Amino acid sequence: MADPNLILVGVNHKTTPVEIREKLAFSPGEIEASLERLINQPEIVENIILSTCNRVEIYARVRNTSEGVGLLKQFICDYHNISPQELETYFYSYQDEAAVEHLFRVSSSLDSMVLGEAQILGQVKDAYSMARALQSTGMVLNQLFEKAFNVAKRVREETGISERGVSISSAAVELARKIFDDLENRSVMLVGTGEMAELAAKHLISYGVKTVYVASRTYERAVSLAKTLNGAALDFDMFKEELHRADIVITSTAAPTFIIKKDMVERAIHQRKNKPIFFIDIAVPRDIEPEVNDLENVYLYDIDDLQGVVTANMHEREKEAENAIEIIQSEVNKFNNWVVSLDAVPTIVEMRKRAETIRQKEVEKALKKMEHLSEEDKNTVELATQSIINKILHKPTINLKKQTQSQEGHVYLKAIRHLFHLDD
Amino acid sequence: MGKLVFNISLFSYLGASLGYFVYLVYRKQLVSTLATATVGLGLLAHTAWLGLRSMETGHGPYTTTFEIAMFFSWMIVVVYFLTEWKYKIKDLGAFVIPLAFLALLFSAFLSKEAALDSETQHFWLTMHRTLSVLGYAAFTIAFAAAIMYLIQEHQVKSKKLGIMYFRMPSLEVLDKLVDKVITIGFPLFTLGFMTGPLWKAKMDQPFLSWDITKTWPLVIVWIIYGSLFFGRLFAGVRGKKAAQGAILGFVMMIITYFMHV
Repeated sequence: MADPNLILVGVNHKTTPVEIREKLAFSPGEIEASLERLINQPEIVENIILSTCNRVEIYARVRNTSEGVGLLKQFICDYHNISPQELETYFYSYQDEAAVEHLFRVSSSLDSMVLGEAQILGQVKDAYSMARALQSTGMVLNQLFEKAFNVAKRVREETGISERGVSISSAAVELARKIFDDLENRSVMLVGTGEMAELAAKHLISYGVKTVYVASRTYERAVSLAKTLNGAALDFDMFKEELHRADIVITSTAAPTFIIKKDMVERAIHQRKNKPIFFIDIAVPRDIEPEVNDLENVYLYDIDDLQGVVTANMHEREKEAENAIEIIQSEVNKFNNWVVSLDAVPTIVEMRKRAETIRQKEVEKALKKMEHLSEEDKNTVELATQSIINKILHKPTINLKKQTQSQEGHVYLKAIRHLFHLDD
Repeated sequence: MGKLVFNISLFSYLGASLGYFVYLVYRKQLVSTLATATVGLGLLAHTAWLGLRSMETGHGPYTTTFEIAMFFSWMIVVVYFLTEWKYKIKDLGAFVIPLAFLALLFSAFLSKEAALDSETQHFWLTMHRTLSVLGYAAFTIAFAAAIMYLIQEHQVKSKKLGIMYFRMPSLEVLDKLVDKVITIGFPLFTLGFMTGPLWKAKMDQPFLSWDITKTWPLVIVWIIYGSLFFGRLFAGVRGKKAAQGAILGFVMMIITYFMHV
């Protein structure tokens, strides 16, 4: 492929400890200043700076790749007043295809600390729009980043990389949805007002849970949490009587013994005509007797169970990442083809220009020897030679355009340039 | 000709069964689309075959055990298509289409002899057999949904969340599906069950000339689905119990069929 001279220099959470990363981070204001400083360097054609808590990366299109890499490293060191020797071991740099692949991996969240997290895409988008607003990007980086967003979308839609919850509360919501399907109009009861319980409840509410009951030994706390969650406070002694009203029960009290027992749940289920109840016990020591899980239509998960689900989900995401890599590979190829196709056009133009120059020269020479020809005849000679050129170059032009879409496009371009002596 | 058409439907169902399984495990959209298209092709061939057979014999395909197996398989696919269209549960195909395939495969081993004409030209026979087979097909869907429910229920209960946990619908959806198909299938089956004696009566046989050894398993099938039907309405029979009931009913239904062969 004709090299787009694309480079990337950066550090991330895998290569660099946080003590160093935090020194290298760029605030939005600093990014703006830096983009402008970099774009004013003659060596740099386009550039974008991505700075998050887990990575600092500069993407650039340069005139010469190895000089460009050195320049970007130097810039980061100078900007943050750190000696290049100190940073050398932390930096990674990629060129062309590898840089494209890296960006696609980053935007698709394959390079993230939590595989498949959604935040990074937004951060890449922000970095791009900031650079675009300052006009530090051009055709290649624009196309590259727009493509990176598409790739991220494809990965999210076609693989399960962000499907499975990897936090306690998202795993709990997922389970609730596998039991009840739609959480719209379901009810949740909080017994105890622990922070994690509150978080899980908020998560459930965001999925449509409408009715919230809160019970706590300290009634005031129940009232205040109920207020934040737009629910109703229950007297602590009352919650056992009201258990049958809840589809989902989250316990997080500091009680030293089980406060929800099997017979209690048995009664509630009976009152509910066997409609299922999902118990989430995030208290330590546990609040709910484990035997409750033996009851039909009752599902009980304690904190360790949920942790186990989270670990399993993490493994699943890792498996899905392999499918994502396939998608990324094919998109990297597509992007390369695009870059290559860009270069076919100037070659074709040059090739035709070369032929046209020769034609004009030769026709001029010939016509000088044929002064007797009428204007009309001269015109015919002119048209005939033009037509010969067009006919001869027609197929090569078509084929070159076609071939530059393929993997070997660069070979054809090189051959044409060599055969027609275009690079003298 | 008939043989070719039969084989097309048989192999379509086999191919689609595999396709649905691949989709269940690997989630390739293309495979799912292909599987559905293959079932469609199989159903077309199957329908054509039933048409040919009816033209040949001069009556509907429900008089011999061979015809009933063919008809049953056809009805399963038809009801499956309606269910998929209504509920959009693609994974159901992996559990239902193999059953349609097995029924069709089984029919290939039965005698293709047509029944005597005098016994077959009755409106009540058509009603009796069509409604019964429709009911059986609905119960087959209930059976498949019940199997899915039990797999899913086991995973959530045992906290071992395998690949099926993510692939398969929620317990609520599966339980509702079991309920829906039984709610529709049971009245149809009951009507089919009741029109049987009417046909016998038209045949100038005593109204209740039941062969008790042949009829009692059918009564048990009726009782099982009846308990599920009324149990859900009045006693909150649902979830695991309902799924187990649907499986028991299906097994009893198959036994009944074999007692009639």
